[in-house]
Amino acid sequence: MSARDNIFARIRAARAAAPNVDDAERAVIEGRIALHAVGTRPSMEWALVPRFREQCVRMSSTVDDVGSMADVPRAIARFLTGMNLPMRAVAWPEIARLDWNGTGVVVEGRAARGDDLVGITGVHLAVAETGTLMLLSGPATPAATSLLPETHIAVVPQGRIVKAMEEAWAQTRQERSELPRAVNFVSGPSRTADIEGQLQLGAHGPYRVHVVVVAE
Amino acid sequence: MGASSGARTMNAPAEGFKARAHDKLNDAKVQRAMRNFNLAGARARGIADLDNFEDIRTAAAAIRDRSLASLDLWLARFEQEATRRGTKVHWAETHADINRIVIEIARQTGVKKIIKSKSMVSEESHLNDALEAEGFKVVETDLGEYIVQLAGEKPSHIIAPAIHKTRDDVADLFAEHHKTPRKSDIGELTMEARKFLREHFLSGEMGISGGNFIIAETGSLLLVTNEGNGRMTTTLPRVHVAITGIEKVLPTLEDASCILRLLTRSATGQSISNYVTVNTGPKQPGDLDGPEEMHVIIVDAGRTKLLGTDMQEALRCIRCGACMNHCPVYQNIGGHAYGWVYPGPIGSVLTPNYIGIENAVDLPNAATLCNQCGVVCPVKIPLPDLMRKLREKQVDRGLRPWQERLGLKLWAWTAQRPGIYAFATKLAARLGRSIGGADRTIHRLPGNGWTEGRDMPAPKGKTFRELYAERKRS
Repeated sequence: MSARDNIFARIRAARAAAPNVDDAERAVIEGRIALHAVGTRPSMEWALVPRFREQCVRMSSTVDDVGSMADVPRAIARFLTGMNLPMRAVAWPEIARLDWNGTGVVVEGRAARGDDLVGITGVHLAVAETGTLMLLSGPATPAATSLLPETHIAVVPQGRIVKAMEEAWAQTRQERSELPRAVNFVSGPSRTADIEGQLQLGAHGPYRVHVVVVAE
Repeated sequence: MGASSGARTMNAPAEGFKARAHDKLNDAKVQRAMRNFNLAGARARGIADLDNFEDIRTAAAAIRDRSLASLDLWLARFEQEATRRGTKVHWAETHADINRIVIEIARQTGVKKIIKSKSMVSEESHLNDALEAEGFKVVETDLGEYIVQLAGEKPSHIIAPAIHKTRDDVADLFAEHHKTPRKSDIGELTMEARKFLREHFLSGEMGISGGNFIIAETGSLLLVTNEGNGRMTTTLPRVHVAITGIEKVLPTLEDASCILRLLTRSATGQSISNYVTVNTGPKQPGDLDGPEEMHVIIVDAGRTKLLGTDMQEALRCIRCGACMNHCPVYQNIGGHAYGWVYPGPIGSVLTPNYIGIENAVDLPNAATLCNQCGVVCPVKIPLPDLMRKLREKQVDRGLRPWQERLGLKLWAWTAQRPGIYAFATKLAARLGRSIGGADRTIHRLPGNGWTEGRDMPAPKGKTFRELYAERKRS
């Protein structure tokens, strides 16, 4: 008997089930999964976009609003200048393809390295309830871009903001056949309170998260 | 990691609790350090923004019970889906199995340097010691875990591992180990840790993480972190090994979403942790980052012993730490006094169940049964009831000290004989009054430590039965 067999035998004995699993038991499990039942939740009686903005700020992100994707490069240039940050960034290809001419920002569409200071990403979806960005890993959406740089800027089209995490899962199931290697939910800059319980922003991940909400 | 006294204490079974608790109560530094954290206050603010917290708690307990009721089926479903997505699933029956499996993977993949994000299950098996004995370099990357690793100690809280350390302790440790000028500002210390650990993240070849949950529906591993070390550990090294208990399986992503609302609020008061990471398999074709191999080790190590028994509810635990944050005993003695991996009320239940009731006799008794833990537990584990049941088991198995057993026998014998009982209580009441003296207070009972720190009002001289008889006559 393998370790696996022993563990399974102990579990089945403990719950007084027959040693072998039958198809009816499996059908119950599959039925339960197929339901994707949303559990008890708090009442969520707010408008999506204002709630998203407000919760981003609560999680120590900063938020900017622009009219269209074409406005994004200038808005990001303004943010970097205003914060006195480097005018050089690593970005997802979809962001690097925007027209950065004349903004003064040098944007490279490649994988992030340990010494990149600014990383710009899009999002798969965003969650209004908690002010959260949902990023999926993939060839054109590497996970490290939102992790290694000190500053993470995320471009969030307004139409991609959903109510809560449950809606995010439901929409992801509709749009993709299966989950990518990594789904990262990001809510504000990295933080720690491990020394004397004092909150510090910028533990291992970004010091700051800046969210650019795009209206159209 | 050096074999400091801290490490030795934690390697011993959870015996010697009273001596350690006594030491910690008299350790001014530990007492001061514990007061720096106010996680109970943070929780109270955190749950206030849920208008139906109690309903969600009930739902979360039901979700956990659903997992436990068909545990093998959900685990088999997880295994099937994880395997399909390229994750290698391993099963560990014992703590020794965990270490053996990790060492085998490390050898097969030829890694030398291992970075770790938090894993309490790896603390159960002393994985770091086992890896170091085989010549691997292991670096803890959660700031609190990193601090206790440098100190040669073990975590004293499941989510705030260095809760017993002051900034001065950390300043000394960093100056000594980093060979940098001593800093005492918490921001500067955090920055210095970031700089040193960043090098480790970029050079680590294997990442070891725990697993807050595994998801049956998708074969995924779910991690909840704030610092970002969990993401680094599961993104940058070429091999990722996750270690988690069999009880941590959840049926669906919706179930996880429901429980997350309570987990982070109960732990630190946050509406969500900064990072919630769902990993499903290794790097995909075309991916620019991610590990080439992903392994998940699913651990029994005593857990199946609780299934189907009156202790099963303890397996609902989602490791938020709220019970210890609200425990008057934990708050005064700290985590190290408990002597094993999980401190506080949940530790007092899990430790005897996992390592043997005879190896942790003091723990279920280290509680006032005030039920603060039961009230705050986000998955409604009836912790005081479980501790009471463990006390009963101690009595059944004759594990209580002979004085206590003899005393109870004597009391039972007397209580069954009304005449002798009346005489004995009368004698005790009279004796108590005379010891009480002029201020009618007993300051010291011979051979009893209980009165060392407190006084006891003296009996007035007559028993209830005497007074009752007098009143009836009049």
